[in-house]
Amino acid sequence: MELLIFYPLAGFCVVLALGVVFNNSPVGSALSLIGMMLGLAGIFVLQQAHFIAILQVIIYAGAIMVLFMFVIMLLNLKKGDDMGWVARDKNLLLSVLTGVLAIGILYKISDILFSAKIDTPATLPDSFGTVANIGETLFTDFVLPFEVASILLLAAMVGAVVLAKNKLD
Amino acid sequence: MLVELFITLVKILFIFAVTVGFFAPVLTWVERKQSALMQDRIGANRADIMGFTVLGLFHIIADALKMFTKEDFIPDGANKVLHTISPIIALVPALLTFAVVPFGGQYTLFDTEVNLVISDLDVGLLFVFAIASLATYGYVIAGWSSNNNWSLLGSMRTASQMISYEVTMGLTIIGVLMVYESMKLTEIGAIQENFWMWGIFLQPLGFIMFLTASIAENKRIPFDAPEAESELVAGYFTEYSGLKFGMFFMAEFIEMVTIGAIMTILFLGAWHIPFLTTATLLSWFDFLGTTGSNLVVMLIHVGVFFAKVCFFIYLQMIIRWTLPRFRYDQIMKLGWKILLPLSLANILVTGLVILALN
Repeated sequence: MELLIFYPLAGFCVVLALGVVFNNSPVGSALSLIGMMLGLAGIFVLQQAHFIAILQVIIYAGAIMVLFMFVIMLLNLKKGDDMGWVARDKNLLLSVLTGVLAIGILYKISDILFSAKIDTPATLPDSFGTVANIGETLFTDFVLPFEVASILLLAAMVGAVVLAKNKLD
Repeated sequence: MLVELFITLVKILFIFAVTVGFFAPVLTWVERKQSALMQDRIGANRADIMGFTVLGLFHIIADALKMFTKEDFIPDGANKVLHTISPIIALVPALLTFAVVPFGGQYTLFDTEVNLVISDLDVGLLFVFAIASLATYGYVIAGWSSNNNWSLLGSMRTASQMISYEVTMGLTIIGVLMVYESMKLTEIGAIQENFWMWGIFLQPLGFIMFLTASIAENKRIPFDAPEAESELVAGYFTEYSGLKFGMFFMAEFIEMVTIGAIMTILFLGAWHIPFLTTATLLSWFDFLGTTGSNLVVMLIHVGVFFAKVCFFIYLQMIIRWTLPRFRYDQIMKLGWKILLPLSLANILVTGLVILALN
C-alpha cells in the first residue's frame, strides 16, 4: 500500500525536478519546483513526518517560492528572452566549493544507504512525528544547533536590511 | 473500516453541499442585498419566473446560467495551460481547508464514535496556514499568464499583499497555540466548552489581527488593491470570462466561509453554546436514548457552529460595504509597521502571562 503511493509520488518528484532544470521559461521552472516541493511533502507524510511535511509546504512552497515568482514577474522574463543555459566565466573557488559539497552529500547518502537495514524497518513509537515530540527533541537534545541556526537566520535578516538601507540612502 | 469510509464520505458530501451548494450561490445574493440595504437601494429583484421574484433569489440561477453560457476567452499571447488551470489553483485551497475544520464535536451514534471533522490532523492549525499560503499561486499565475499589464500589476500586488499578511497571520496563530497548547482544531474547539476559555477573551488582540489579516488574504475591500477596478480594470482576473471568472468569484465567497469557520473555532467557542456543556445538553434529551439524544445534540451543535460562521460572514459584508479601499502603500504600512510589531508584542505578552500564571 505504501509503495503504491510512494512510486507515483517519487516519479512525480523526479519528473518535476528535471522540469526545473530543462524548462526554458523561468516561470515554468519555478512552477515545477513548487510541484516538486509539494510531492516531497507527500513523501514526508508517507514517512509519518506530518510536521516536517507541513513545514515544507509553508516555508518552501508557500513562502520562498512565492518570493521567487514575485521576483521573476518583477523582471518579467518571458519565453525566448535568451534564457538558455550560458556557461559562466570559470570561477575556480566556486567550482571547488560545489565539488566538495556534492562529494559530501553523495558520501552521506551512500553512508546512510549502506548502513541501513532496509528489509527490516524499525517500528515507530506512537508519538513519532507529532508536534510535541519534535518540539521536545528540538529543545532538549538539539538546542545548540537550533539556537545557532536561529542566530544565523537573524544575521541574514539584519544583513538584508542593511544592504537594502545602503541602497536607499 | 467500511463504516468509517462511509462516514467520511458523508462528511465530505455535507461540506461540499454546504459550501459549494449553499453558501457560495446564496452569498452572491446576500452581498447584493446587503449592499442595497446599506446604500438605501432595493437591490436585486428583477429576475423572475412567471412573475414571481422571491426577493430576487432567482438572480442566483440567472447568474449561474450567464456564467455557463458566456464565451470562454483566452487572450492572444497568453499561456493557455496556465491561464486555464489558475482558477482551479485558486479555488481548490479555499475548499481544501475544510478537510481539517471540525463543525461539531464527538458523538456516539449507533455505537460508533462520530467525530465531525473530515481529517483530525495533529498539525491541523498549521495545515490551515499552509493551504492559505498556497492560495497565492492561483492569483499570481492568473495575472502572469494573461499577458496583460493590468493583470500583471494585479498579481504583483496580490503576491506582496498575501506574503505580508501571512506573516501577521502566522504570528497570531502562535499566540493561539500558546494558550491552548494544541494544534488540533478539534482539541482547541473542545477546550472552549468553558465560556471563559473562548479565544476572544484569551487573545483579544489576536482576534482583531487575525480577522484583519484574513480579510487581507481574501483580498476583499478594504484590501482589494489587487483587483482595484478604478486603477487596474479588474486586476488579476481582467482577462477572465465565463466559468473561469466564476471560479475566482466562488473562491472568494467560499474563502469568506472558511474565514468564518476558522475564526469560530479559534476565537468564538467553536460549536459550543455559552454556559451549556455538552453533558448538560445530553441530559436534557436523555429520554430519547443514547443515539437519539446524541443525534439531537449533534444537530444543535452543527446549527450553532454555522450560525456563528454566518455571523462572521455578516461581519465581513458589513466591513466590505462600510470602508473605502486602502491605498497600496497604506496596506503595506499597516501590515509591516503596525500589525507585525503588534503580533510580536502579543506573543511576548501571552508568554509573560502564561509564565506568571504558572
